[in-house]
Amino acid sequence: MNRIDQKFQALAAKGETAFIPYITAGDPTLSQTARIVLELERAGCDVIELGVPFSDPIADGVVNQEAAQRALLHNVTLHDVVALVRDLRKTSQVPLVLFTYYNPVLAYGVEAFAKDCKDAGVDGVLCVDLPPGEDEQYKRSLDANGIATVFLAAPTSTADRIALIAKQSSGFVYYVSRTGVTGERTDIVSTVQGMVAAIKEHTSTPVAVGFGISTPAQASEVAGYADGVIVGSAIVRLVGQYGEAPETPAKVYEFVKPLVDATKSAHRTASV
Amino acid sequence: MHPLMELEAAYNKAQSDPEFIGELAALRKHYIGRPTPLYFAKRLTEHLGGAKIYFKREDLAHTGAHKINNALGQSLLAKRMGKRRVIAETGAGQHGVATATACALLGLECEVYMGTEDMERQKLNVFRMRLLGSKVTPVDSGTKTLKDAINEAMRDWVTNVADTHYVLGTVEGPHPYPVICRDFQKVIGEEARCQILEAEGRLPDLLIACVGGGSNAIGLFFEFIQDESVRMIGVEAGGHGPATGMHAARFAGGVVGMLHGAMSYVLQDENGQIMGTHSVSAGLDYPSIGPEHSYWHDIGRVEYAYANDDEALAAFTMASRMEGIIPALESAHAIAYAAKIVPALSKEQVVIINMSGRGDKDVQQAARFLLEGGDSL
Repeated sequence: MNRIDQKFQALAAKGETAFIPYITAGDPTLSQTARIVLELERAGCDVIELGVPFSDPIADGVVNQEAAQRALLHNVTLHDVVALVRDLRKTSQVPLVLFTYYNPVLAYGVEAFAKDCKDAGVDGVLCVDLPPGEDEQYKRSLDANGIATVFLAAPTSTADRIALIAKQSSGFVYYVSRTGVTGERTDIVSTVQGMVAAIKEHTSTPVAVGFGISTPAQASEVAGYADGVIVGSAIVRLVGQYGEAPETPAKVYEFVKPLVDATKSAHRTASV
Repeated sequence: MHPLMELEAAYNKAQSDPEFIGELAALRKHYIGRPTPLYFAKRLTEHLGGAKIYFKREDLAHTGAHKINNALGQSLLAKRMGKRRVIAETGAGQHGVATATACALLGLECEVYMGTEDMERQKLNVFRMRLLGSKVTPVDSGTKTLKDAINEAMRDWVTNVADTHYVLGTVEGPHPYPVICRDFQKVIGEEARCQILEAEGRLPDLLIACVGGGSNAIGLFFEFIQDESVRMIGVEAGGHGPATGMHAARFAGGVVGMLHGAMSYVLQDENGQIMGTHSVSAGLDYPSIGPEHSYWHDIGRVEYAYANDDEALAAFTMASRMEGIIPALESAHAIAYAAKIVPALSKEQVVIINMSGRGDKDVQQAARFLLEGGDSL
């Protein structure tokens, strides 16, 4: 069984919500990313998203854009990120999801990418600019290699689209809490809970919520009804601030631990 | 996906609504000034000594380029859809000006995203947009040119989609944009067909148009695509020459990829990162090309060539002095390529070059390059 599925099952048995951080791979360097991943795992993170740097990240706000640019200064490639996962697997079994844009995957070759993900120990892939149903080979290849395909649902998704997204997603469904790009926001919009429930009508696959969450209070609120809480830009900002400094992983740990704790201690109002 | 589906449905409905068609037709005639003339370029024809050359005068359309055809069509559509706000990206500034103009006409709020490098080289158009009441938002990320302006417009659109329509300026982006833009531009070829039949009593032998995203080229070509006797050439920006890496010739250096929601030829490195482009003309400075052009390329229906910066600048001067028409630097690429091949064609043959825009916006930029090159302006 895929490490993501195992993790969500174990959490469901305890009535807990997953905490899922996002960081940009290769920002500032691949070796620093490896150290940060291990600290995130030590802080209790359940699944970790590794952003693959891309030159034109249209779904990302400025914090993640700048992180991608920093990584691209060192020419960090999709091959490098897959290799990073292979290295991490020597010391860690934390579920890892690649968060990427479609063009690097196309350039890699979809079949080869799926196979290399399996060999390296990647558990899931989220291709942000590939809606479900647009590339059948992508879905087939990842399925055949046991790699989860995470797709995005958004506040604008209609019932038909939600049904398709739910059907094609494995590992988890990523619900984008608001229209727009990645980045921190001050509040959680009121429609999130209802949309999470609507998605869950179509699937037993866990639903994680991201975009705009950055504080323990927000994490706790969302953890009350979602299966996973995703925090990205706030962590990426911190990594950008400390960069290659030796204390960066520890700073990330200090920032993430309260988010993990808030997520874990939230009272679930809806069953998994 | 839903906003794209909503747009497609609204567009299809509008296309079969006599009221929408009538309103657009009236605005084309009385506001844009269509049909634009098909002009026989007698002195240029004599100078090159080959086929007869006609210019399709899109430079005479209101705002000075073909871009108004699409901008006005889409802005009308936006109003129909109940959107109060319109956003656009712009490279050379012509699409931005056209959209700002349409919004002023229709009473819509307008914001245009423009790369800071393009703002520097197209200051006049920045001022025009602001004068027309639009907000011009500088984009300082990435290569600071057209592709980055599109990135930022897309980020705005996904954030504000409830009340905002994104007027994409070329036959690029996710479906249905390439179709919508093509449909609003195909009037160029429809008119040219009638006009050349009237002038010459037969179809042209060759059509030449510059290709950035490819909207003016598709506008001219589409009406003739079924006419096998009509040869067509799209001219890309060769910049300093494809061998230098400083260019925007997608068919000379690109491979199939996906950028901005369209699968097409894309200038990218072996890892799928989009490469920076270079062209003296901001409007051709884009790493991908409209997907329908890629299709026509792959089936061999349309030929694609390129003209370098210096060739385009020479054509810019040539058209100005020989015909009294200052072409946009984009259109000058089409003229530059015509100048290469027309002398070898027989005098009985007929060529139409799409004069996609006028060059007033480019005079400062061109003067700088020409003076650097020792031209005695």
